[in-house]
Amino acid sequence: MTTTALAPKDYTSDQEIRWCPGCGDYAILKAMTRTLADLEVRREQTVFVSGIGCASRFPYYVSSYGFHTIHGRAPAIATGVKLANPELDVWVVMGDGDGLSIGGNHTLHVLRRNVNLQLLLFNNEIYGLTKGQASPTSRRGTRSPSTPRGSLDAPIVPGAFAIGAGARFFARAVDVQQPLLVEVLKRAHAHRGAALVEIFQNCVVFNDGAFDEFTDRKVAADRQLPLVHGQPMLFGADRSQGLRLRPGTLELEVVTLGEQGITMEDILVHDQRNRSLAAMLVQLAPPEFPVAVGVILDDPAPSFEDVLFEAIAGELEEGPGSLDELLKGGSTWEVVG
Amino acid sequence: MAWGNIRAADLPWEAARFMTLSSPMARPIRETRESVVIRFAGDSGDGMQLTGTQFTVEAALGGADLTTFPDYPAEIRAPTGTTFGVSAFQIHFGSVDVLTAGDELDVLVAMNPAALITNIADLRPGGLVVVDTAVFTPRNLEKAGYATNPLEDGTLAPWQVMALDITRLTQQAVAECGITSKEALRCRNMWALGLMLWMYDRDREATITWLRRKFARMPAIAEANVAALNAGHAYGETAEMPGGVTGYSVSRADLPPGTYRTVSGTEALAWGLLAGQRSAGISRLVFGSYPITPASPLLHVLAGLRRHGVVTFQAEDEIAAICSAIGASYAGALGVTSSSGPGIALKTEAMGLAISAELPLIIVNSQRAGPSTGLPTKTEQSDLYQAVYGRNGDSPLAVLATSTPSDCFEVGIEAVRIATRYMTPVIVLTDGYLANAAEPWHLPDLSAIPEFPVSYRTDPEGFHPFLRDPDTLARVWAIPGTPGLEHRIGGLEKSEHSGHISYDPANHQRMTDIRQGKIAGIARDIPAQSVSVGEEEGDLVVVGWGSTWGPIHKAVTEARAMGLSVSQVHIRHLHPFPANLGELLSRFTRILVPEMNAGQLVTMLRSTFLLPAEGLNKVTGKPFKVGEILTAIRARLEDTA
Repeated sequence: MTTTALAPKDYTSDQEIRWCPGCGDYAILKAMTRTLADLEVRREQTVFVSGIGCASRFPYYVSSYGFHTIHGRAPAIATGVKLANPELDVWVVMGDGDGLSIGGNHTLHVLRRNVNLQLLLFNNEIYGLTKGQASPTSRRGTRSPSTPRGSLDAPIVPGAFAIGAGARFFARAVDVQQPLLVEVLKRAHAHRGAALVEIFQNCVVFNDGAFDEFTDRKVAADRQLPLVHGQPMLFGADRSQGLRLRPGTLELEVVTLGEQGITMEDILVHDQRNRSLAAMLVQLAPPEFPVAVGVILDDPAPSFEDVLFEAIAGELEEGPGSLDELLKGGSTWEVVG
Repeated sequence: MAWGNIRAADLPWEAARFMTLSSPMARPIRETRESVVIRFAGDSGDGMQLTGTQFTVEAALGGADLTTFPDYPAEIRAPTGTTFGVSAFQIHFGSVDVLTAGDELDVLVAMNPAALITNIADLRPGGLVVVDTAVFTPRNLEKAGYATNPLEDGTLAPWQVMALDITRLTQQAVAECGITSKEALRCRNMWALGLMLWMYDRDREATITWLRRKFARMPAIAEANVAALNAGHAYGETAEMPGGVTGYSVSRADLPPGTYRTVSGTEALAWGLLAGQRSAGISRLVFGSYPITPASPLLHVLAGLRRHGVVTFQAEDEIAAICSAIGASYAGALGVTSSSGPGIALKTEAMGLAISAELPLIIVNSQRAGPSTGLPTKTEQSDLYQAVYGRNGDSPLAVLATSTPSDCFEVGIEAVRIATRYMTPVIVLTDGYLANAAEPWHLPDLSAIPEFPVSYRTDPEGFHPFLRDPDTLARVWAIPGTPGLEHRIGGLEKSEHSGHISYDPANHQRMTDIRQGKIAGIARDIPAQSVSVGEEEGDLVVVGWGSTWGPIHKAVTEARAMGLSVSQVHIRHLHPFPANLGELLSRFTRILVPEMNAGQLVTMLRSTFLLPAEGLNKVTGKPFKVGEILTAIRARLEDTA
């Protein structure tokens, strides 16, 4: 029993880590073990389920239960784990190809069903383990071994996908921004229902610097919009810039406090329960806009297994089923010897 | 459509008792028949499945042995009057061993010209065809493809024809019920059923009870249907039958004493899985499934069994269905999934994961005609290769087949036993015919079902996830929630000695050998193959698997009555085979393997045992006829002689 508090290192398994040196996954693992330690989760009650890809090696490195499954199917496997034992605390780890391409259907349905899982989408906008092909989140024109003249497909915006699927929780974080990542992981854990976290994760080998535009230390403050429920949407090193609704439209625009008569009154206040606002925030992209990070949507609804097992408990009030009665239900007759 | 739908009948027990006396007969003369084959055929919307199902209930309650064959189109409501919209339900009932749905019909009830033209060829010469003259209109005749009216042009000369204006007779019967004329027409099937129940001296109380319950919220509809049923019956009692048609009595079957019910393969399999779960002492069965014909009825039956520890999950696709079952097994439940061939194909990769992670899992395949979408509602047994060989890598698992509706119960239990004892996926092959067909079932003594309790590993001392039982080679079942056993597994190759990821070449060789050896070892833990009928050596053995049991059994029995040296071997355990199978088959001069595929078991037998087995193959979407197998038996033996 893990009754006494454990340190982050206690949540690390004895397995040798096989990610490339400098991979963003190391930072995510570090934030995860910190999160698990801070939350004092019981290792035996915790399960990490993953699909296939670099990200999906994650469960091997955590000292809880772990199941490294097949490409794209982790949400479905995790759903089965919860159907067997809803008391288990289950994290799902997916890459962008895993969760949005081959496994897109499962991600869609686990979100709309609202299964009580923490779903981590490690988004590096590239296929890593298969050596660098364009992924469903790769920007149009990405040159890769499979797209030597540039990719043609428009990228999926994971947040828009999630909101469209009916997600009740969507957050974003950056691999190397540890305090934000730990905070977001804790919020996802606290959310009862499907919680999708998109983590911008740098692939040093095949897509190095893909997110530098807004994650580089020199620009992060100006190009990220850290969202806090109930707080005005301000950003920039001196927090002088903010978002407002462009008057007479349903569009966001960046404004500067003190310029053109803009005051704090004009700045939108983040409401994590507002799906329409969330739908606009997930689309914000440089250079015109900062990238929204933190908890974009947190609007809980009854989880799939809560509803299911409550209904089963209701049926069981009549007492457990009898196989004998089941067989003799309907029409039976006696043959006398 | 499926038998499962009429469980709502739930008759009071008293009403369901054997009738010791037949209803009083207005006409004393009833010829006796040993067994009768009736087919009800009509439009998809004519209620033929319900009609046949109710006839089945009355036949069973009257003490008949029986086998049914629901045969319906893939289209739910094809355009009225078309040949591709014809739905049929066949029942073979009687006093003698009724093992098949019958080779040819004694009676055809054809509710429209399309039903007549598509089914008349199956009626034996001199058999009775009952038609509703009102629907033999020029338009309906044209839709069915008749150039002239078969009721008038001599087409039906080889048969006895009972041409009745069932439409008008039904309308008259329901005139006082206060229903619309359209609703009145929907009662035609009950009128026809009433006539058939009279003709074969069956009671109709169970049907009346069922109708009143089914239409409890629409009493006028209920009473109209009852009125039509009674009118059809009364017509037989009182009216002058055309063509000297008379009523018959069918003797009761001589069945062993005990409690009986009718059961479909789907129901029996669901309950067998439940019984297996109970024997294994597993508190929860998680059934992940995606709708597909003809497998969906299993989902429907299990969905109603929550109080029995069953959780059903209608997944987003076939892959999620099996993956949810695998996740459930990983977490300590009994994971079960079900589909038909195309869906099984989609589950293949996940089966490999369950093989590699060595988790118990049951995969039910209600086979249908393929390839691709094939004939969704027609039966076939062409997924044997897929079950035994159809995965990437060397990926053995156990394969079982069900042979009759009631056999599905035993196979369900056996599948759970093997899956849990060997920590392996088990494929259960059933088929569209078995899923829907019904027969009387002598209820088993539940206390006599052996127990095989699972034990979850709890001791952290010396634990690693691929520790094995030295006898079965099964690994430990260590489930999340158990302190001290936290571990990581997956589809990557594991070290034999630690369960950790291993790319070591020698380790992969050993682990492949262990996985093969584990499944092969099941052969030591299953009954030796027995001979169903006949001696354990001779001129010919007819070897089958699955739903061909009935026609093979009947054909072999008839051949033996002719003095031929022939035996029947029917295989339940298809992978691995029973340990003695090769030796047993080698004692026969010739081996004939009837299959509803292009020759799959026959190839397996030849390659496994190097025996000169010969195939008898049929893929028409319909079960074998006894005559077809008997002819093949005689041809082989005459050839030998």
